[in-house]
Amino acid sequence: MSRYFFTPLLALALGCGAPAPTALAPTEAPTTGGSKAGDFGPPVGEPIQAELTNAPNVPAPTNRTAPAKVVVELEVVEKVMPISEGVDYTFWTFGGEVPGKFIRIRQGDTVEFHLQNHPDNKMPHNIDLHAVTGPGGGAASSFTAPGHASQFSFKALNAGLYVYHCATAPVGMHIANGMYGLILVEPPEGLPKVDREYYVMQGDFYTVGKYREKGLQPFDMQKAIEENATYVLFNGSEGALVGDNAITAEVGETVRLYVGNGGPNLVSSFHVIGEIFDKVYTEGGTFAQENVQTTLVPAGGATMLEFYVEAPGTYILVDHSIFRAFNKGALGMLKVDGDDALDIYSGKEVDSVYLADKAASSAPIAEASAAAAAGSLTKAQQIEAGKALFAGTCSTCHQADGTGVKGVFPPLAGSDYLMADGKRSIGIVLNGLSGPVKVNGEDYNSVMPPMSQLNDDEVANILTYVTNSWGNEGAAISASDVAGVRATSKAPAGAAH
Amino acid sequence: MIALLLGLAAAAPLVPIEGGKYLPLYPPDPEQPVTDVASFQIDATPVTRAEFAAFVTAQPKWQRGQVAALFAERAYLSSWATPTDPGGRPNGPVTEVSWFAARAYCAAEGKRLPTEDEWEYVARASETSYDATQDDAWLGQILSWYAKPGSDDPPNVGQGMPNLWGVHDQHGVVWEWVEDFNNTLFGTDGREGGDEDELRFCGSGTLSATDVRDYARFMRIAFRSSLQGTYTTAQLGFRCAADGVTP
Repeated sequence: MSRYFFTPLLALALGCGAPAPTALAPTEAPTTGGSKAGDFGPPVGEPIQAELTNAPNVPAPTNRTAPAKVVVELEVVEKVMPISEGVDYTFWTFGGEVPGKFIRIRQGDTVEFHLQNHPDNKMPHNIDLHAVTGPGGGAASSFTAPGHASQFSFKALNAGLYVYHCATAPVGMHIANGMYGLILVEPPEGLPKVDREYYVMQGDFYTVGKYREKGLQPFDMQKAIEENATYVLFNGSEGALVGDNAITAEVGETVRLYVGNGGPNLVSSFHVIGEIFDKVYTEGGTFAQENVQTTLVPAGGATMLEFYVEAPGTYILVDHSIFRAFNKGALGMLKVDGDDALDIYSGKEVDSVYLADKAASSAPIAEASAAAAAGSLTKAQQIEAGKALFAGTCSTCHQADGTGVKGVFPPLAGSDYLMADGKRSIGIVLNGLSGPVKVNGEDYNSVMPPMSQLNDDEVANILTYVTNSWGNEGAAISASDVAGVRATSKAPAGAAH
Repeated sequence: MIALLLGLAAAAPLVPIEGGKYLPLYPPDPEQPVTDVASFQIDATPVTRAEFAAFVTAQPKWQRGQVAALFAERAYLSSWATPTDPGGRPNGPVTEVSWFAARAYCAAEGKRLPTEDEWEYVARASETSYDATQDDAWLGQILSWYAKPGSDDPPNVGQGMPNLWGVHDQHGVVWEWVEDFNNTLFGTDGREGGDEDELRFCGSGTLSATDVRDYARFMRIAFRSSLQGTYTTAQLGFRCAADGVTP
């Protein structure tokens, strides 16, 4: 056989054939070769029935090394479903839910597509897959009356994440009713392995009634034309990604989101609150941008993004066109389980009163600090510095005059408990105190958080101030006293919260 | 049972329609978009199940199981109890009928199917106006029917208010066959930007449309375009028409 025949066969057998980037001049950007390099020849082996999933789930990677014939059967169903609590809407769906079923294939695959229009449906429908090379993207070939099915085939020449949608006139209304989904065309080598993959798709909805107005809400054509959305949603309903429906991950995992935007009108400023996207395959393409806060997902477009999760808690998915998140429903949740990573994120450490220009001058603090460094610190300087610190840190609960709040926050002024044991008082400031105590004959049972943000000098000055004010009379407390207690007591784990 | 059905099967009265000017959504000649519609007559209501049962009883070749596959697909009258008994809802509109069967029914009545222009000309009328196409509230009402799923049985014919012509049920009951149901799509009428695939995908259908806000009309045309003469869908019925009576 001539070399002519042998070379492509070899390439096929090795499972390559695509984006082995050719040797490049230094100034040239890397390239996959696009659709020209995307035809790996005829399908190999028996036809494969595509695994289709409902959001937020994603089918398993194809893990194939040769082009296959993949059979996709997608049924259009028109049905009433909740769009928000107590609010119903007539959705037109690809596969019974919004967004439509996720389709996953490999570049070079030949897809035999079957579009089935359920006999109970009222409308004709079709499908335009943005992954298709050919006029109409499959729309003309898949135009199907109720109670009928159409078949067409295409070869997926370009890798990437693509939107599909119904394109029957009036197309805006078909999309506004939920007729969109995603098809992933894996590059031949597949996508890098990650721990979790999820499918999130935004869409805007237009109802006659106001946001959250109860009952079955009809489509409002005028609002749609004006692009005045009543709802902007992830995965087709307000509760789709929150509470028990939240997507999940564990600390130490890498999460990949396949984010689509069906529109019909609005562009999404997709953002996950408290995460930075380590990688964004902008617009669903091949090359990743790194370290991105918010990524734009066009209507009729998609993006793949990845991030590693370090800290547990709930991360909120939003369209950062932020009124949509708070007033139109564009909100989802990622719940991350795992051990605290307080070095990465501490949680709230201090909630203090901010007095701005009403605050006591911080000059005495600086003065005391300088004096301490020079070894000439006096008790009077400590008291002045402690007074300023007390106003910022302690007076919210114990009150500016040290009298506390009866039954809730114990008094410091004339406090038998405070004055009885200096070391104990230091320990309370450092490590907090919870549980029952009796102060001046009164029972208290509340929680004081550890003041772990204060250094030894500051704790010493505050305590010198409180034990020498409002009728209290005590000795000066030194930074070395504080250091001694700090060394022998240990803050409880997680107490910084 | 058949006798009972026949008893109910009084044909709907024809309503006379005075001809006039009419602007199709896709005018055959964009230079002269306004089209003349000659006077004609149209059934006040869609053909009912009882009426159609009487027809197939009289003409067995149109019964389920006997009709030629060339004229009706497998789903033809498939939900009926027997080939001649719809099994209830005698006054509901007949559906699951092909274009060929609808034509045969009308012919047996000495009538014909309305043309698309005739059907749309009458369908512009609200209860109070012969041309309500600029009435947003009326358009919204129609649209709300199209937006509901079709899994429920259609209501009986002739309920509610007729339009100003005296014609019932053009909106809100079932889709209806017209004689030239696929002329918009398949006609080689030299429409500007004309393309056989126009309308079948995306926004291309709006290029030559005369009123891009009339979504209900887009949906009717899209629906008709999706059909073939043998198709018999669960939400598609028909009514008959006749030429105008010369005064």
